[in-house]
Amino acid sequence: MSAALAERGEDFLAEFARRCASLPGALATREAAARRFAAAGLPTRRLEAWRYTDLRALAAVSFAPAAAGADAAALISALPDFAAPRLVLVNGKIAPASSSFPEGDGVGSFARTPDFALRCVPLAALNTMLAEDGAVIRVADGVDAATLALAHLSLAEAGQPIAVHPRHLIRLGAGARLTLIEYATGQGCYWHNMVAEIALGAGAQLTHIRLQTEATAAFHVATIFADIGAAARYDCFTLGLGARLARTEIHARLDGAGGIAHLNAAQLLRGAQHGDITTIVAHDAPGGASRQTVKSVLADRARGVFQGRIEVARAAQKTDGYQMSQALLLSPEAEIDCKPELEIFADDVKCSHGATIGALDPDQLFYLRARGIPEKLARTMLVRAFLDEAIEGIAHAGARAVLDRAIARWWEAEG
Amino acid sequence: MSAVTETRDTVQAATQSGYKWGFETAIEMDIAPKGLNEDTIRLISARKQEPAWLLEWRLKAFAAWRETTEPHWARVTHPPIDYQDIHYYAAPKPKPGPKSLAEVDPELLRTYEKLGIPLKERAILAGVEGAGTEQNVAIDAVFDSVSVATTFRETLAKAGVIFCPISEAVREHPELVRKYLGSVVPAGDNFFAALNSAVFTDGSFVFVPKGVRCPMELSTYFRINARNTGQFERTLIIAEEGTYVSYLEGCTAPQRDENQLHAAVVELVAFDDARIKYSTVQNWYPGNADGKGGIYNFVTKRGACRGARSKISWTQVETGSAITWKYPSCILQGEGSVGEFYSVAVTNNHQQADTGTKMIHIGANTRSTIISKGISAGHSNNTYRGLVRMMPKAAGARNYTQCDSLLIGDQCGAHTVPYIESRNPTARVEHEATTSKIAEDQLFYCRSRGLSQEDAVNLIVNGFCKDVLKELPMEFAVEAQKLLAVSLEGSVG
Amino acid sequence: MLEIRGLHAGINGQEILRGIDLVVPQGEVHAIMGPNGSGKSTLSYILAGREGYEVSAGEILFDGRDVLVMTPEERAVAGLFLAFQYPVELPGVGNANFLRTALNALRRARGETELDAVQFLKRARAALKALMMPDDMLKRNVNVGFSGGEKKRNEVLQMAILRPRFAILDETDSGLDIDALKIVAEGVNALRGPDFSALVITHYQRLLDHIVPDRVHVLAAGRIVRSGGPELARALEESGYAGIAAEAA
Repeated sequence: MSAALAERGEDFLAEFARRCASLPGALATREAAARRFAAAGLPTRRLEAWRYTDLRALAAVSFAPAAAGADAAALISALPDFAAPRLVLVNGKIAPASSSFPEGDGVGSFARTPDFALRCVPLAALNTMLAEDGAVIRVADGVDAATLALAHLSLAEAGQPIAVHPRHLIRLGAGARLTLIEYATGQGCYWHNMVAEIALGAGAQLTHIRLQTEATAAFHVATIFADIGAAARYDCFTLGLGARLARTEIHARLDGAGGIAHLNAAQLLRGAQHGDITTIVAHDAPGGASRQTVKSVLADRARGVFQGRIEVARAAQKTDGYQMSQALLLSPEAEIDCKPELEIFADDVKCSHGATIGALDPDQLFYLRARGIPEKLARTMLVRAFLDEAIEGIAHAGARAVLDRAIARWWEAEG
Repeated sequence: MSAVTETRDTVQAATQSGYKWGFETAIEMDIAPKGLNEDTIRLISARKQEPAWLLEWRLKAFAAWRETTEPHWARVTHPPIDYQDIHYYAAPKPKPGPKSLAEVDPELLRTYEKLGIPLKERAILAGVEGAGTEQNVAIDAVFDSVSVATTFRETLAKAGVIFCPISEAVREHPELVRKYLGSVVPAGDNFFAALNSAVFTDGSFVFVPKGVRCPMELSTYFRINARNTGQFERTLIIAEEGTYVSYLEGCTAPQRDENQLHAAVVELVAFDDARIKYSTVQNWYPGNADGKGGIYNFVTKRGACRGARSKISWTQVETGSAITWKYPSCILQGEGSVGEFYSVAVTNNHQQADTGTKMIHIGANTRSTIISKGISAGHSNNTYRGLVRMMPKAAGARNYTQCDSLLIGDQCGAHTVPYIESRNPTARVEHEATTSKIAEDQLFYCRSRGLSQEDAVNLIVNGFCKDVLKELPMEFAVEAQKLLAVSLEGSVG
Repeated sequence: MLEIRGLHAGINGQEILRGIDLVVPQGEVHAIMGPNGSGKSTLSYILAGREGYEVSAGEILFDGRDVLVMTPEERAVAGLFLAFQYPVELPGVGNANFLRTALNALRRARGETELDAVQFLKRARAALKALMMPDDMLKRNVNVGFSGGEKKRNEVLQMAILRPRFAILDETDSGLDIDALKIVAEGVNALRGPDFSALVITHYQRLLDHIVPDRVHVLAAGRIVRSGGPELARALEESGYAGIAAEAA
């Protein structure tokens, strides 16, 4: 047990003790979360779920809550055009002036209508304890809400790292539809510890496209709980480019018959970045299908982690689960750790996973060069082709364009 | 009724009538009092007439064991084990270490005959090679805590191969034992290895000197007989430069209501161009249909490919034991060395298996292959747990892993937990895993050709395991195939 | 224009080419024939610049420039083209994107304007038509899921679009039926002219019925053991390589 981790955990508990009276929502839930967090603390590598991600670098930073009134004008003006109405949060709080759609119509602030569940995940408990605000998006039965963009901007003053814990709630009624583009970026040293709770009614469809380009000194942890109803479909794609340490943890539960979950992700890391993609797909009902394609591209001393577990409960007969994780190591000092897991209790299922790790194929590189394509461009083409398998499913043109540009910029900087 | 429902019902109706090795031998035993303390260790060491260094080594391991706690990361559950409620030494009286087969207690010979293990050299001695049913295999028979017979020792000695009980090797070849014991699995490596290091009683010792190809298969047959005893055998195989040796182990135990502990350690060392083929058919008593009784099989097996181009190949067919906790591993140190792991694990009734391998690639151009086939039936849980690690110097290393699980019935579980870690961009790792059930259409196809339900399942299961079974030496492959059928028979029909 | 002088080369410390001397003047098509293991593919890979081969002696000049110091892409820009014996698959890389990127890399290096998607497609479709290949060839990923014959045709398509000045065809005929062979041969013949040269590497004479070479060289045990006109190929077809190999030894 790292003393620093324990100490940092204590800091957050002290912060809760100081501020609990002023936080929105049921104090009892927050207190229960605080007890849970006090018992668990910040996760150490001894926890199997955190075996490959060490939070000691985070524990070395002393975070304060964000002060009000940060000037995010520069970050806001640099936001990409998502070709959709947007909701902007600055340091964990909704910034109505910068948001381009009105409250009402099911969209609102978590601070005004707090609604949270207690979760057995330590960092989600921390979020439950300290969440101030976030987006609440409710789409009524049968409504196609088209596309919304949710931008989270973090802004830390020099010398004062901040921690923000936004809490988002996304509820789609039966047969409802939504494309949600989530974008996270910022400036300075901060910890963005978000939780999203997603519930999809029968036959609902949520396309969730996530782009994480946090500041290079930042820490990013996103914990997403998605409960997927009968014949509902959750399509999630995460692109991780930023942060010094990032973890995306998705708990998808298929609790209605015939639900579908697609959890695709790609991460491009360099320098000393650490990126962790962890997914747990729980098939609790029969006839569900899950698909995952996760790609990691690692340069310099970057370290990538992929942990993916497919759980099939006894009742979840006729489950069809597939998962593929692939990593490209572009440098002798890069590292990938991968733990694809199957946990199966139903017999009439088809589940499989695959994992491959390696460098760019020298034969492919030579073939491109023999046709006159310069080495650097040839590498870019091959890496793009490698990533495309995870990205190709993104139908939303606006989101796709933003992702393509982000990847292109990453490569320009790489050269 | 669908074929699968039928299969499941037969599984549920199953009894362990299939376990044919569950008898007990009535023989007078020398048994240490229950409990584990330094005195127990001194007693074992004294009974074995061991040198002082080994007693010291045991005591150090015991100290390490007391510092560690039982591991609980495996997907197995069992009531707490009372380590003070076990006999740590049990040997047939009155002749420990007979000088020749003629001196072996006839009761023991009858026991092994009943188990189908030929403790005779008749065929060869009579000069009728290959004529009879006897196989050209040298056998070391370990009965509870001691080795009771080792065959073909003279033939092997002529080739320069040492094959003897490890307790004898301690006396006859102390320099070799001292040099290699604990060099692959250190005394304090893990809880069960530390326990074994403190109290191991016997096991086999193999030394193949430089350039020698071992002229026959070597085999050890382990038998637990005494009640309330643990078996803690220790096996050490050293293959010097340019050698080849194939070693097989088999094991059985009487049918009893209480659980018995088996915590073995196996260490293999392969030098330049040496090849060790290690095959196991594990058939410890699995407990009855309700999960009562059976062996707790907590085993540490590890091979060090120290030399360039050395190769260690583990093949295991695991059908027995109430609980199996076992990860035969390879440390691939030598440049171009090769590690292989071929495994079939069958669990039925309330059996639990958590087994797999570790392939640690240290040297350049090292290669490993993992083929694991898990079959779960009844209320059992079967887990593949494996680690593939590419270290920074493992340039050009390769791993290929294929893990397949088959479920028979909807009350069992199949789990796959691979850990894959790479720190070298030129190393390539490929991993594939699947979980499925026996397809109805395959069963139907077989049955419409006239096969019974049971034969159809056996046929399909054997096909599923083929890639592993073909790695076994021929005599064992036939036995293993029968064993699979029996395991699923007390179960599948 | 292509001169190979005293070339000794090998791989993993094993010498495969043991002194190759060969001159292919501008506008000529030469054939290299030889038994398996004679070093034909090694020669083609060394010409294209594949890593892993060690050149211990000799030189290769293309228009007087030292080829051995050039990267693979510099060689392509200079006009050298290798039609691979075993074209590699590029999952995720579309054929059209690949060809346009390659073509524009060559054009850029030569100071020509790059082609936009429309201009490129026009040119690509014409080439496809000439080779009697379906348009959807462009939409597929490079060589992924292609049959052996389709891969070879794709190599010739690339050659037709990139218009090299010197092509090396490494056993382009293997795995082709007679109709495909004719199409491939026509593709090569269409490029023939005063500014195009080629080295056709083959095991069999039948390709040379359709691409009639100016000169034929026989490679055995890493050396050119005999050279002659097209009639040499026919003679070989009748007598086999055995006699030649014996001469070489």
